[in-house]
Amino acid sequence: MTDVPGLWTVGDPVVDSKAPTGPVEQRWDARRFGARLIAPANRRKLSVIIIGTGLAGGSAAATLGEAGYDVKSFCYQDSPRRAHSIAAQGGINAAKDYRNDGDSSYRLFYDTVKGGDFRSRESNVYRLAQVSGTIIDQCVAQGVPFAREYGGLLDNRSFGGVQVSRTFYARGQTGQQLLLGAYQAVERQVAAGTVEMNVRHEMLDLIVVDGRARGVVVRDLRTGEIETHLAEAVVLASGGYGNVFYLSTNAMGCNVTATWRAHRQGALFANPCFTQIHPTCIPVSGEHQSKLTLMSESLRNDGRIWVPVTAGDARRPGDVPEAERDYFLERSYPSFGNLVPRDVASRAAKAVCDEGRGVGPTGLGVYLDFADALERLGRTTIEDRYGNLFEMYERITAENPYEVPMRIYPAVHYTMGGLWVDYDLQSSIPGLFVIGEANFSDHGANRLGASALMQGLADGYFVLPATIGDYLADGPFAPVDATHPAVGATVEAVRTRIDRLLSIEGTRTVDSFHKQLGQIMWDHCGMERTRAGLEQAVAMVRELKAEFWRSVKVTGENEELNQTLERAGRVADFFELAELMCIDALHREESCGAHFRVESQTEDGEARRDDEHFGYVAAWEFTPGAPVLHKEELAFDYVKPVQRSYT
Amino acid sequence: MNITLRVWRQRSPDEAGRMVAYEVSDVFPEMSFLEALDVLNEQLTLAGDDPIAFDHDCREGICGMCGVVIDGIAHGPEAATTTCQLYLRSFADGAVIDVEPWRAKPFPVIKDLVVDRSAFDRIIAAGGFVSVPTGAAPDANAVLVPKQQTDLAFDAAACIGCGACVAACPNGSAMLFTGAKITHLGLLPQGQPERSSRALAMMAQHDDEGFGGCTQIGECTAVCPQSIPLHVISRFNRDVLSALLHGERS
Amino acid sequence: MTLQAASGQRAVALRSTAALKAGMAVSGLIMVLFLLAHMYGNLKIFSGRAAFDGYSEHLRTVGEPFLPYAGALWIIRVVLVVSVLLHAFSAVVLWRRARGATEGRGGRRYESTKARRGVQRTYASFTMRWGGVVIGLFIVFHLLQLTANTIHPGGASDSPYERVVNGFQIWWVTLSYTLALLAVGLHLRHGFWSAFADLGGNTSVARRRQLNVAATVVASVITVGFLVPPFAVLFGWVS
Ligand SMILES: Cc1cc2nc3c(=O)[nH]c(=O)nc-3n(C[C@H](O)[C@H](O)[C@H](O)COP(=O)(O)OP(=O)(O)OC[C@H]3O[C@@H](n4cnc5c(N)ncnc54)[C@H](O)[C@@H]3O)c2cc1C
Ligand code: HEM
Ligand code: HEM
Ligand code: SF4
Ligand code: F3S
Ligand code: FES
Repeated sequence: MTDVPGLWTVGDPVVDSKAPTGPVEQRWDARRFGARLIAPANRRKLSVIIIGTGLAGGSAAATLGEAGYDVKSFCYQDSPRRAHSIAAQGGINAAKDYRNDGDSSYRLFYDTVKGGDFRSRESNVYRLAQVSGTIIDQCVAQGVPFAREYGGLLDNRSFGGVQVSRTFYARGQTGQQLLLGAYQAVERQVAAGTVEMNVRHEMLDLIVVDGRARGVVVRDLRTGEIETHLAEAVVLASGGYGNVFYLSTNAMGCNVTATWRAHRQGALFANPCFTQIHPTCIPVSGEHQSKLTLMSESLRNDGRIWVPVTAGDARRPGDVPEAERDYFLERSYPSFGNLVPRDVASRAAKAVCDEGRGVGPTGLGVYLDFADALERLGRTTIEDRYGNLFEMYERITAENPYEVPMRIYPAVHYTMGGLWVDYDLQSSIPGLFVIGEANFSDHGANRLGASALMQGLADGYFVLPATIGDYLADGPFAPVDATHPAVGATVEAVRTRIDRLLSIEGTRTVDSFHKQLGQIMWDHCGMERTRAGLEQAVAMVRELKAEFWRSVKVTGENEELNQTLERAGRVADFFELAELMCIDALHREESCGAHFRVESQTEDGEARRDDEHFGYVAAWEFTPGAPVLHKEELAFDYVKPVQRSYT
Repeated sequence: MNITLRVWRQRSPDEAGRMVAYEVSDVFPEMSFLEALDVLNEQLTLAGDDPIAFDHDCREGICGMCGVVIDGIAHGPEAATTTCQLYLRSFADGAVIDVEPWRAKPFPVIKDLVVDRSAFDRIIAAGGFVSVPTGAAPDANAVLVPKQQTDLAFDAAACIGCGACVAACPNGSAMLFTGAKITHLGLLPQGQPERSSRALAMMAQHDDEGFGGCTQIGECTAVCPQSIPLHVISRFNRDVLSALLHGERS
Repeated sequence: MTLQAASGQRAVALRSTAALKAGMAVSGLIMVLFLLAHMYGNLKIFSGRAAFDGYSEHLRTVGEPFLPYAGALWIIRVVLVVSVLLHAFSAVVLWRRARGATEGRGGRRYESTKARRGVQRTYASFTMRWGGVVIGLFIVFHLLQLTANTIHPGGASDSPYERVVNGFQIWWVTLSYTLALLAVGLHLRHGFWSAFADLGGNTSVARRRQLNVAATVVASVITVGFLVPPFAVLFGWVS
């Protein structure tokens, strides 16, 4: 494994010291009982910085504020309500078993561990399943308008190929409604004075004093002012880093800066290469494309996916006779058909396009055809189910999916990797907590649909508020202020970096670098990864990074609203992350979940896991030289690892 | 295709702004309007000019961050569409397109097309919530809510907080935005206990921020990307009046 | 919330745009009722001088002996004056707020001149303010002419019937009434529906449509109903 010289070294194993042992269903209770409490009167003296106002950060700020802590909240958008969680469409899982279809915490736990292809922690996942029901209670009480049945009870649907109906949803805007619930709860605390909200502020570095995370350096995006904020603890809820691929379903501003800067300050980064590629996105239409749009996975319930049998078939879809169509998912996976998990569907689509059978102007697309469903169910039913999605598709492509099949292609969607955290959600830097998509979380090597919203809210409403107290019980810590040398040094580093970006005055735009980086990552660290490709990618990323620092052009100055400068800083961090992702993908010589190493597949082309050698979490330590790998071995006491099979 | 963008340029909140025309060539009908701005910004950057600042994030019509006035219409010519979901196929080759920021006193310009909409957050903070501490909620199915009522509440809850309603209203009123939240929470059983105080507090904040009153002109709902219906304003009025007449209980 | 905070909140709410608009709506609707009655009275001109003057007299004796002579009329007058004042006061306050919110430029605040008329707004909806001013000026003129009997185009008389007939034989008097009534018609075309919406009566998309139909009907009835007598006089059908 370590035979690529110099790319990484292996350090001591890392252990999660906080997870209690004992029966899995009692661990969370045990931990909560063991965690120290803080008297309400003392909480006011304990300040907490929260970066991010998405489902994770928003729910945490609302809850900690309500509990009486002194919370300072930050986001880069102009309002906390715009965090990227707003874009989630499909739904949120919860083991409520309202359908009496055999669901339970245990089943949700089981599905999630299996779905993650046995690369997540049993303790964490069980806890997630356990608190999932309370999340729905909380959100309904806040006024989240979940879909209901005529009797007035909450409606559920089955999502992402699971056999029970446990997904709660609010039309195709579940993330929006959940986030608005959290946002409103935060604004209530803002009015009450327990939460200070700082919008248009971007975290550029973490301040670590005497081994503890004690604050952040942020830039006021309106004025360019570099500010320091100090506290007893810092929580990162800054979301995922899918934008390292340039094109993704993430919002334009999603970035790795907050977590990457923390990583550079000593926080371990876990499983960076685990990226989820979503099969149903609208294909790229050309060079200018800035972002990809997801079409809800639910479309696969009724749409049939196909391409022409012969490569280079340029006929219009309607002109291709039934016999010359290849419904490749139904053909290869007869029992699951079009509903195979995301990674399987994505790879299959890529494979047929690689054979030259892709459709649309770029050849990078497959049909998602509703003709049969329209015939079988009628237009009204289809309209009822997917009306707004069809509209969205038509708005973007100017094609009417009631008449011509949709075209879809996989796109980067979610990052399972993130900062390493223990059972308390604390990173390897004491006092630095990481929640939501920003941590390496509960999804292992592949996330099931409708479970990211669940995790973000579980972390923010229920888990972090219970565990952070145990850390803060030792506080307040020794006072620090802006004159502390560690603070000054961090601020200085931030300024130097900004000055450097502004002084290069090169010849290439930030976006051109970002696009090129994205292409490298998509080609070599995307749906299929090979050893040679990854080695090449590392070299290419390094070279591009060097060129970036030589010839990027950042106009304007720091002391103003400067969106080019904002992007430049983010892209600079993406370069460093990209390298680590490739290294992580390179070292993991197995296929698991979304990580598919061509060298490790079964005879029929399915992912082959190697539990013996890779049944661990890869937690990377930053060093100025090669990153150091710390392994956290995973134990499976309840769900016995089996090879996934969908045929 | 080629287009000309006449864009409002304003360096900072205190400096005066003006319209500046830019030719943008080699754009395509499949491009989104913001992608055309991206193209222009790349040109400007390479020429050493200051690129145009504009807000955007999700680029799929849900975050509410984007929004400019295009040819005098908030979010441009297509109904029920955000700026980021607008494509160049809505414009003719050779078109001259005017691009301006939202204009309203409570939305001061920060730079170019970027405005400060924090007044909306303060309106929500005044009362746009249900007071429910984390963990205090009863079982989600303990309270039944008729489907029709949920659907109506959802129609109002779909507001993305973009501010187009204010930008389009001849009175600079934020009644559609505020009314949408009042309606969302006012239609649900969970929102009833605070219904009166919410209406009064949000009304007061709306006025304090300097938004104008509503004279039922209806431009707001016509440009609203989420088609928030006009009757949310009427519901808002009713809640305020009934709180005034009947005091705290509704 | 404490009681004090609650009463403070109510005081603020009384000055809120919603309350001011409700004040306009109620006063406006009172004036609409008056106009409907007034129009009915005016149409008595076709029943001849005795009926018309008798109606005028009736207005002054109604309610007797419970009310003194012209008591009911004075009550009506007080209600009307209060309505006009409330209506005009609210109009001014709201106008100023709207100007403040748009830096004095209302719907014309964008450089682009391509959509000055907005997307869907009616002509009626954006002439409310200046239309209201026209109506206000007209009322002053009208009261001086027909109630106070101060100005008398066409000749003075103690008989309201004669004042009317004398006045409307002059083309510019009829013209000015016509213009004023068109202003009233436009004002009510938007105002009537808007009043109900401000009072909470717009509850659905369908209701919005119904209210707008009702507003068109009321505005047309009032405009036409008022215009019939002057033109009848002008064309000599009544003399
Ligand atoms: C299109 C789409 C659809 C999805 N649909 C579903 C679904 O149906 N079900 C599901 O379960 N999951 C879904 N997901 C995944 C899910 O939405 C996300 O994983 C989840 O919302 C992440 O929440 P978060 O709170 O961790 O981060 P985010 O919501 O991304 O929030 C990040 C926050 O951090 C702030 N921030 C970031 N960097 C900085 C910085 N440097 N300085 C200051 N602030 C910073 C941002 O301002 C923002 O407030 C979807 C994702 C996408 C992209
Ligand atoms: C004194 C002169 C008047 C002025 C300055 C005036 C002005 C206004 C203004 C500015 C509005 C609000 C604009 C709007 O809501 O769109 C309004 C509304 C209205 N006006 Fe007048 N007006 C006057 C006379 C009248 C008269 C004589 C009537 C009735 C016959 C009337 C009936 C109404 C009605 C029904 C409304 C709607 C109220 C509401 O929207 O709540 N107005 N007026
Ligand atoms: C053709 C149209 C009209 C005619 C012929 C007409 C006629 C008259 C007459 C004859 C009087 C005097 C009644 C009396 O003193 O007994 C009067 C009073 C009055 N009219 Fe009119 N009118 C017309 C239109 C209007 C309009 C459009 C308005 C309002 C917008 C209006 C408002 C009033 C008012 C307020 C009074 C005073 C009532 C009072 O005595 O207190 N009139 N009108
Ligand atoms: S009501 Fe409509 S226009 Fe106004 S903020 Fe909400 S979504 Fe935007
Ligand atoms: S445009 Fe303005 S006047 Fe009212 S109906 Fe809409 S807020
Ligand atoms: S960028 Fe999010 S709505 Fe347009």
